[in-house]
Amino acid sequence: MTHPIVLGRIDYAILLLYFLFVLGIGWALKRGMKGSTEFFLSGRSIPVWITGLAFISANLGAQEVIGMAASGAKYGIMTSHFYWIGAIPAMVFLGIFMMPFYYGSRSRSVPEYLKLRFDEKTRGLNAVSFAVMTVFSSGISLYALAKLLEVLLGWDFNFSIAISAAIVLAYICLGGLTSAIYNEVLQFFMIVFGFTPLVWLGLRDVGGWGALKEKLIGVATSQHFAPGTWTESWRHVGSPGENPMGVEWFGLAMGLGFVLSFGYWCTDFLVVQRAMAANSMSAARRTPLIAAFPKMMFPFIVILPGMIAIALVQDPHSGFTLPASADGSPNYNMVIPMMLGHYLPSGLLGLGFTALMASFMSGMAGNVTAFNTVWTYDIYQSYFAPGKSDHHYLWMGRAATIFGVLLSVIAAYFAAKFNNIMDFLQLVFAFVNAPLFGTFLLGMFWKRANGHGAFFGLLAGMLAAALHHGLTLPIGEAAGIKGGWLGTVVHVYPSEMGQNFWTALVAWSTCMIVTIGVSLATARVKTDQDLTGLVYSLTPKPADQREPWYKKPVVLGLIVLAATITLNLIFA
Amino acid sequence: MNFDLRLPLGIIFSLFGGIFVVYGLISDPAIYARSLGFNVNLDWGLVLLAFGLIMLGLALKARTRR
Repeated sequence: MTHPIVLGRIDYAILLLYFLFVLGIGWALKRGMKGSTEFFLSGRSIPVWITGLAFISANLGAQEVIGMAASGAKYGIMTSHFYWIGAIPAMVFLGIFMMPFYYGSRSRSVPEYLKLRFDEKTRGLNAVSFAVMTVFSSGISLYALAKLLEVLLGWDFNFSIAISAAIVLAYICLGGLTSAIYNEVLQFFMIVFGFTPLVWLGLRDVGGWGALKEKLIGVATSQHFAPGTWTESWRHVGSPGENPMGVEWFGLAMGLGFVLSFGYWCTDFLVVQRAMAANSMSAARRTPLIAAFPKMMFPFIVILPGMIAIALVQDPHSGFTLPASADGSPNYNMVIPMMLGHYLPSGLLGLGFTALMASFMSGMAGNVTAFNTVWTYDIYQSYFAPGKSDHHYLWMGRAATIFGVLLSVIAAYFAAKFNNIMDFLQLVFAFVNAPLFGTFLLGMFWKRANGHGAFFGLLAGMLAAALHHGLTLPIGEAAGIKGGWLGTVVHVYPSEMGQNFWTALVAWSTCMIVTIGVSLATARVKTDQDLTGLVYSLTPKPADQREPWYKKPVVLGLIVLAATITLNLIFA
Repeated sequence: MNFDLRLPLGIIFSLFGGIFVVYGLISDPAIYARSLGFNVNLDWGLVLLAFGLIMLGLALKARTRR
């Protein structure tokens, strides 16, 4: 069997150099690891441009690079909604409204915030589900990387798992969160520098943006959509049938833009942890806002390649093809790897390929660092061994890193063996995550919300998500993992994505209603004094008057929003 | 304490840039048929080198100020 990418000696040299360098950074940071604060929170001493870049690159893992390019091919420019109404507004909200509570409460993790604001059981529920989720996400990253190396280069699957896990393990154990953050920033530049020539060459090859638009008309009409569907993001969302995503504007704006994106960017400790490592409150608040600038440009390096690829596939003279997946349709997940092999000569190919590998590893490292913090502070210190020395918790953090990586390896093999079980787990995580933003919203902005309300609201939200999923189906799917498993199907969605957006909406609304209801029905436990610094109305407003305008979160936030609206309008 | 991240960024991208420039100069031009005839190793190597040197410069400047 021939492999789609052949690396030359120079490419291997680049790969080797990069990973030696990564380990070197961990080694150099080792001297600074004196206590658990350094290990888990980077001593809250990282400058804002670094936390900002780490904030977005923690999420620039496998699913982003591979998945967004695949969506670019499948849905065209509409994929940009994940950025331009999804991530960016949520990041602005996090920076302006939520960060003061995370950073100001001095809690060391998101679950710990829940304990301070609500109670022990709410924290426990969140900490345990989050810990399990990070291990499996990290395992899925590892599996996807090893699979890719096997398919592209013919590397041995076991060898790929072992070497990737070993590198991640080594640099986190040495340098803790700082090491993970530094590597994320390094990886960010690798992605940008590795993929930019790819996009430039691809765009040049199809004849520029104008010619790409022309070619994508054929893609749209061949699937019976209006000619501009692949290059216009807002003109075809009147009803779900008008676009390949199968969503309408309401589900898009509320489901994706509001519930899912805010839920992910504002409450997922994996990303919030990066901002919490900043060296001041002002820097913590600016972290997601500074991150928003490169984030809004990502569609050009991750979605555009997908659009170029699908245009090339339609053109018989291009000589570019995508391998078929198991059911015979083109395997869109191969867009980025195939384009790397198609356009980049030996040399830059090594750079692009290293960037791809690094993105998988940093996705894994991000999960492992979030896992070791939540495990050590929110589970181990809270329930198993409270009151031990700081040195003990630092030791535990290192141990947690080792078994976090080991569990990821097990999860990766699990994924290789039982693909359906992984799909099932991801589904369960979606149920667990969907209502969370409701809990935070009420927790931060309504002082009457209490622990019982939050706990039962979360449970009810998860249950509602499961129920909604069990009673609905995407069109053309059989009952089972895709939904409808409760026997009766009350609604059929035009696409899986539409179903996901509405599942999130239902979960969030249920969580809000139940949290409000239960809170009002039960006594308020925490006094105003307990909640100072945790609830908006009881917290003194952060004073950023003395800072120059470009350091004020509100000003930055407005600039970010204006730029995002402009991008939406340009590609509407 | 943490060290200035601009230093490793500068080192690695100057190294990469330097390698690509040299490789771009000595490599067989036939391999650039893929990249539409552009010697992307040379061109992009110069960009990486410039970025690396700027990062190094900033890191050294910050260091001498302290």
